[in-house]
Parts: sequence; C-alpha cells; structure tokens
Amino acid sequence: MSESIKKFMFVNTKAPYGTVYALESLEVVLISAAFDQSVSLVFCDDGVFQIANNQNTEASGMKNFSPAYKALGDYDINKIYVETESLEERGLTLDNIMALTYEDEDDDWAEKPSIIPATRAELADLMDEQDVVISS
Amino acid sequence: MATISVEGKDIEVDEEGYLVNLGDWFPGVATVMAEIDEVEMGDDHWDIINFLREYYEEYQIAPAVRVLTKAVAKKLGKAKGNSKYLYELFPYGPGKQACKFAGLPKPTGCV
Repeated sequence: MSESIKKFMFVNTKAPYGTVYALESLEVVLISAAFDQSVSLVFCDDGVFQIANNQNTEASGMKNFSPAYKALGDYDINKIYVETESLEERGLTLDNIMALTYEDEDDDWAEKPSIIPATRAELADLMDEQDVVISS
Repeated sequence: MATISVEGKDIEVDEEGYLVNLGDWFPGVATVMAEIDEVEMGDDHWDIINFLREYYEEYQIAPAVRVLTKAVAKKLGKAKGNSKYLYELFPYGPGKQACKFAGLPKPTGCV
C-alpha cells in the first residue's frame, strides 16, 4: 500500500465565492484524503481569501462553507501553505487567516498549527517535490 | 420529486432518500426514514445522529466514515468510536445512512 501513496498538492488561486472552483477543490481534497494520499494545500493569489477569518456570505446568498476548512485536521491534512506575497499584495497578514490546526497523533494528540507561511520561491521548490499538482 | 410523509407533512427527498432541503429536518424525519430502512432506533442511534448534526453545524460538511469514527471515539469513547459498532447501528454504512437520518447531505468523500 505504502508505495502507492502519492504526494498531492492542491493550489487554490481564486476568490471563494462567485465561481465554484474553491468549493469543488475542497471536495476533491477531502476525497483524496479519504484514499490515504499525502495531501497538502496552497492558498495564493485571491485564493488566500478562501481561508480568511470572519467570512459573511449573507449578501451573496451563498452558503459560507469556510467552517469546513477547520475539519481538514480531522482528515489528516496538516500542511496548508499560505503565500506571503499574496497576503502582502492584498493588505492582509496571518492574523486575517483562520488559525487552522490538527492533532498530532505522534505527540499525544497535541494541537498544532496547520498553516505554514511560505514565499513564492519556497512554494516553487515544494511544487517540484510533488507527484501531482492540481491548481484551480 | 419524491416525498416522505412525516407527522402529516410531505417532506421532499432525493432519489437516494436524502432530504432536499436540510432545513426540513426534525426528529420525526429520522424516525420515518429509519422505519423505511427497517432500522429500529434506540438511544445509541440518536447519540450518533445528534453528534452528526452538531458536527455539521460546526463544520458545514458531513464527515467521511474514518473522520466520523475518530470524532465519535473522542466524544463518546472508544467503545462507540469504532466502525464495527457504527455498522451495527447503521447497517447501510454509518456515513451514508446515519447522515441521511440526520438530514445531512451524503458525506463528502464517501465511496
């Protein structure tokens, strides 16, 4: 089984509402995790808004699905990269991003942060290491 | 569109028996769905259904079976947080069937 585990990286580049890309990507992410693959996520460009704090979708009439990102830790997804340049370009800091966490099985279930800030150059290197990179 | 009759009300369900409008749910809905599936509901079933509804309220998704099992173990103890126990309660799959009774959508990542 172990030799069939691939490294998947899902790169999210679009604003959360207005198109279906963000929600569809999240669903694919949850499905891939169910197949015991190694899954990491990247949020860059307008994609950083997908995991912004305090989303309110009332005026748009769309469902606010951002609470679902908090479940990623339960699905053993604990490498969630946020591109620092994208935050800066939009006047955001890590304080504007949801504090996503996971429980570390190998460390007595201690709660640890899943969010990892990374520069554009660091992300390029990480993408090189993946078996599969899917962007939306 | 198919409907089921619950306490004199017609409730819309899809071709697999899941609620069309999640807001239509009340406990009687679960009771009628269980009768249709020939599952006798007890306190243990309700524990899981209430748990699922709280999970959905918090995360806005129906958990995959693996996640449900782990979360139930944490909240209700290891004796209940294992797939054998959950399958005994919900023979058609704790994900699919319990989520249906709880008025949730079909779980994401359910295979």
